[in-house]
Amino acid sequence: MVTGSADGPVGDMAVGDAAGGTSGAVAGEPFVRARLLVPRPAFDVVADLTVEHGEIVALLGPNGCGKSTILQALAGLLVPRELELRVAGRQIAGDGVFLPPERRRIGLMGQDPLLFPHLSAVENVAFGPRAAGVRAPAARAAAREWLGRLGLAAIVDSRPADLSGGQRQRVALARALAAEPDLLLLDEPLAAADIGTANEIRHVLGQHLREAGQTTVLVTHEILDAAMLADRVLVLDAGRVVDSGPTQRMLTEPGSQFGAALAGLNLLLGTASGGDGLVVDTGLQVFGIAEEPLPDGAAAAAAFPPAAVSVSSMPRATGSAVISDPAATSSVRNRWTAEVVAIEPGAGAVRIRTRLPDGVMIAADVTPAAVAAVPIVLGAMVTLGVKATQVRLFAR
Amino acid sequence: MPAGLGIALLLLPLVALLAKADWAQLPAALGSRPVLLALWLSLRCGLLATAVCLVLGIPLALLLARREGGWIRLLRTLVTVPLVLPPMVGGIALLYLLSTQGLIGQYLFEWFGTRIAFSTFAVVLAETFVALPFLVLTLEGALRSLGDRFETVAATLGAGRTTILFRVTLPLLRPALLSGTALCFARALGEFGATALFAGNKEGVTRTMPLAVYTEFNGGGDGTDTAVAMSLLLVVVALLILFAVRPRRSAW
Repeated sequence: MVTGSADGPVGDMAVGDAAGGTSGAVAGEPFVRARLLVPRPAFDVVADLTVEHGEIVALLGPNGCGKSTILQALAGLLVPRELELRVAGRQIAGDGVFLPPERRRIGLMGQDPLLFPHLSAVENVAFGPRAAGVRAPAARAAAREWLGRLGLAAIVDSRPADLSGGQRQRVALARALAAEPDLLLLDEPLAAADIGTANEIRHVLGQHLREAGQTTVLVTHEILDAAMLADRVLVLDAGRVVDSGPTQRMLTEPGSQFGAALAGLNLLLGTASGGDGLVVDTGLQVFGIAEEPLPDGAAAAAAFPPAAVSVSSMPRATGSAVISDPAATSSVRNRWTAEVVAIEPGAGAVRIRTRLPDGVMIAADVTPAAVAAVPIVLGAMVTLGVKATQVRLFAR
Repeated sequence: MPAGLGIALLLLPLVALLAKADWAQLPAALGSRPVLLALWLSLRCGLLATAVCLVLGIPLALLLARREGGWIRLLRTLVTVPLVLPPMVGGIALLYLLSTQGLIGQYLFEWFGTRIAFSTFAVVLAETFVALPFLVLTLEGALRSLGDRFETVAATLGAGRTTILFRVTLPLLRPALLSGTALCFARALGEFGATALFAGNKEGVTRTMPLAVYTEFNGGGDGTDTAVAMSLLLVVVALLILFAVRPRRSAW
């Protein structure tokens, strides 16, 4: 990926350069270029990844697949057998270079916020700038600004012990962003949070990583997080990247590992409309229940389990209702026509994969009896129904 | 019932000491010149030994807590030796190291004319020898339970080793530092055996409070009341220190 002409001498940014944030990247060279090998008892973790400036890349995979190992290696917290790492035009590791964590300008935030318990929120956030040589008053002013941006103006002087879990995680994010790392690594930032807090933090992450233009690698085993936050998804299994691509394509592409991982959930991305609706880019309208007020036009996602999708045969004459189930007519607000593209028998239920005319994929779980009764066969056109109460709408 | 006996065994001697005290004479006994000299010497030597313990003990605790390996385990065992060693033995060992005929002391004397044994400096050395493990073990335990997670976060925020030590590690160790320092000081104040053998018992130079108590008491008759008065003073100081470092409900 690195072209010969672009590989010229690069002005190394001074360590502790608080002004930071500037891209020292050479044209044609990816902002982050990493190649690493970490031997582990069960398998070697091998990764080769590039991240563009301002891009958010998700590393997705089951627990123990080597995701966190990759982040640890990038942050310099473990010594890999092989590591070649260039960020923002600086050689971090490889070619006889191996910078310690404090000189990498690579931030790391995990599921435990790990705020310094002896420092107030503002002192925690000011820690990075202070370490970079910024004088205390200026560092504190910058920290207040970050806290304000993350909606924490009221708690700047609180100790971590007096904050809620969500507030702590926000302060940790402010602290990580205030250090102005060239690359921010997020290791399961939502894994330890309860559902309410997770929604809050996901929202804050989605908004502020973009706003700050923060180049980010996000590790998660949660499909939803990857789909909602990342521009690009890498699927990891047993230490290797088995699938990768832009999030939107991965979501719609049947047969990808990502799609398989997504089996537990139907997920549609689009923009909010009317407070209880979502419009997918293809124009498809979905009704659901918003977990928090969604302003029109805000980036949003709709999620519902395949078990919530009912499948019925196509009415013979569309428009003049000949629908057998009267209950469905009254309360099912989401009705789509779709083609059956796969039938996968499972334990107890049969997973039906369908494609809407606009290409959106939706999975449905039905009983074997229903498969025979409807009937559901490959290539058949069916009507899908989902009650709006079964569809969760999120901001993203 | 055994618990009651245990409490009695621990507390009754102190009651006996209180009963024996001649309260009317107490101010006079404590105000006498030998007592004041011993008290002043004890305070100076104890504080100095504690300072030396902090300077040497903090790096040593960091080494023991943050490095792994067989050598470190061996070192950890060796550091605890002064805890289980009779202080007398420590005194003899120091003597054979630093007296004018000692392993190192002979060269110090030959080249620089330095006499360490039987000086006030010897008192400080003896007290440091017995008190250092208290500080090191307290800090090492605290460092281990603290883990290196906060230090790791600090490094990813761009902080170098010195910044991490002074802005993260030491502040987080504050409770352990306070209690370790207090224990260390108390142990230094009470030091008797090693001091007696290595530093001697010279008034105003090496006769600390415990040595003064021993001297007064051993003299028979006259000195007993003074010895009891000084003992009471030591008990009070010990209690004050213990109350100062008693575990709080919250560290922060």
